Amino acid sequence: MLWNTILLALREIKRNVMRSILTILGIVIGVGAVITMVTIGGGATVQVRQQIASMGSNLLMVSPGKRLGPGQSSGNIPFKQADAEAIEREVSSVAAVAPVSSKSIQAVFGNQNWSTQVTGSDNKYFTVTNRSIRSGRQFGGSELRAGAAVCIVGETVRKKLFGGQDPLGEKIRLQKLSCEVIGLLEGKGQSTMGMDQDDIVVIPLSTYQRRISGNQDVAIIQVSVRDGAPTDKAQRDIQLLMRERRHLSPSDDDNFNVMDMKEIAKMLTGTTQLLTALLSAVAAVSLLVGGIGIMNIMLVSVTERTREIGIRLAIGALEREVLMQFLVEAVVLSSFGGLIGIVLALTTSIWLAGVLRVPFVFNASIVIIAFLFSAAVGVIFGYFPALKAARLDPIEALRHE
Amino acid sequence: MNMIAFSQMDNQHLIELQGVTKVYGTGQAAMHALRGIDLHIEEGDFVAVMGPSGSGKSTCMNILGCLDTPTAGTYKFKGIEVGKLTRNQRTRLRRFYLGFVFQGYNLLNRTSALENVELPLIYRGVPSGVRRVRAVQSLDMVGLKGWESHTPGELSGGQQQRVAIARAIVTEPAVLFADEPTGNLDMARSREIMDLLTGLNRDRGITIVMVTHEPDMAAYAKSIVRFLDGLVESDRRNGGQHNAMEHDSTGLA
Repeated sequence: MLWNTILLALREIKRNVMRSILTILGIVIGVGAVITMVTIGGGATVQVRQQIASMGSNLLMVSPGKRLGPGQSSGNIPFKQADAEAIEREVSSVAAVAPVSSKSIQAVFGNQNWSTQVTGSDNKYFTVTNRSIRSGRQFGGSELRAGAAVCIVGETVRKKLFGGQDPLGEKIRLQKLSCEVIGLLEGKGQSTMGMDQDDIVVIPLSTYQRRISGNQDVAIIQVSVRDGAPTDKAQRDIQLLMRERRHLSPSDDDNFNVMDMKEIAKMLTGTTQLLTALLSAVAAVSLLVGGIGIMNIMLVSVTERTREIGIRLAIGALEREVLMQFLVEAVVLSSFGGLIGIVLALTTSIWLAGVLRVPFVFNASIVIIAFLFSAAVGVIFGYFPALKAARLDPIEALRHE
Repeated sequence: MNMIAFSQMDNQHLIELQGVTKVYGTGQAAMHALRGIDLHIEEGDFVAVMGPSGSGKSTCMNILGCLDTPTAGTYKFKGIEVGKLTRNQRTRLRRFYLGFVFQGYNLLNRTSALENVELPLIYRGVPSGVRRVRAVQSLDMVGLKGWESHTPGELSGGQQQRVAIARAIVTEPAVLFADEPTGNLDMARSREIMDLLTGLNRDRGITIVMVTHEPDMAAYAKSIVRFLDGLVESDRRNGGQHNAMEHDSTGLA
């Protein structure tokens, strides 16, 4: 009997192909949007997690200036290289300390040019940021001291400036500085904030200070904490040390900032997940709207087919059987919409994942949930019209024109 | 007229109406469609129901067909009091005992003749193989062999009416209710239909209750019941069969 009812429903749907398509459009879009949102959001979360893992062990960032928040920015006193050295010397739990300054500069090679982030630091930078050299070598001790015109480039810069050519030994120009490429960094992909971490040129800090910035300042000090050592203790030690070095009296606020990158990353993960949930909720509303569309069409259908219902009831169809007929029709419609939505969502997600450069993470449970939900929408919104059909008076229904 | 019915008073009638009234609406607006009907129909009978429109014959047919229930009085079908049944019980009664030929055919559009005829069997739960065989037989019986796959739109009025009759008899009902089965048909087609009904009554013993406006058609029946103003005006045996000239509109014989 149920199989018969499903066949009957399919025949009825086939009879009104165009109307059926329009009816399920809401469900298709709803299911599609929910699955796409959850899949892309899930991919973004996975990506953030991967980045946290690749970020290096327990990274702290020491930057000049007050903590963010309401308040005036007093004149920032910049760090010097000596501050970085002091942290490495005084704070026992740190593993590596890298003074970093950077600036966006046009890099030129032959007739190619590319605006990139030029970073001045030393070899500790690679340790702290958990990066390795794919080919070539690190900076030599004398190069660092003397401020030699050498650089190590990231994957994006290599692609943009050299194409398929081997960059090692070539000279690129950064403003007035012409420097030799001595190394190529291993690719790392996008950062948590969506920045391309491979769009980078690293030069010795002394070179940067002399040839690019023209002063002895260090913009930021990146610190990696020893494995197993508590980050908050290291954070506090660095804070105390810097207060002392900057001669702050106990009543003064910090005029610098020690940030734990892991905390920021965790916060970002939370934000990503919250955003995913919100967008999915919005998408779920469209499922509801789709359900109302189905109810609307089912009501029209019941009115249109009043005579048919009258015939069925008079001939011997029980209320329950007419109810089932219309309910099954609504459920078949909405589940069909759900299936199309799933296919649509998966193709969109794969495409979107490529465009947004997040991994495509197939989430089977949301696909199943969305499908069941679409079927449930059919039951809920099909029930009222079906009941209306079943409750018709056969005499009245037969007279209906 | 009532002699036969009278003599069988103590036996069980197939259909028995006693003091049946039907009132639509209430108070001042109340419309008395039936004002107290007493009627017996025996198994194997062929009854023509006549009367001007508004005389209550349609209301009476709805009650007889278990589609409606009386406001007062009793309707016994095979001794079962229909008024006391639930809607679903009445549906089951229709499903297993009654066949309907509705006014204006009332076939399912865009559905083949075969599927239309199969419909009542579906609700009886007959398996599809048996269903098909019986539907084909039924269509054959009404002379529509070879027309199984045609939809109502592709059939003439007479053919549609025959599909409707095939649908009504496919379940081999105890009673066949036909509401103006020749309503929209020309004389030749009407006679075909009436011959078919007479044959079903004679050969298969199906009791037939038929509403008609035309005395020519009523003449085919074994007895004629006339309605007027919600009452049975006359209930008499038909003298001769198949004689269209035999009809008598004066009432009592």
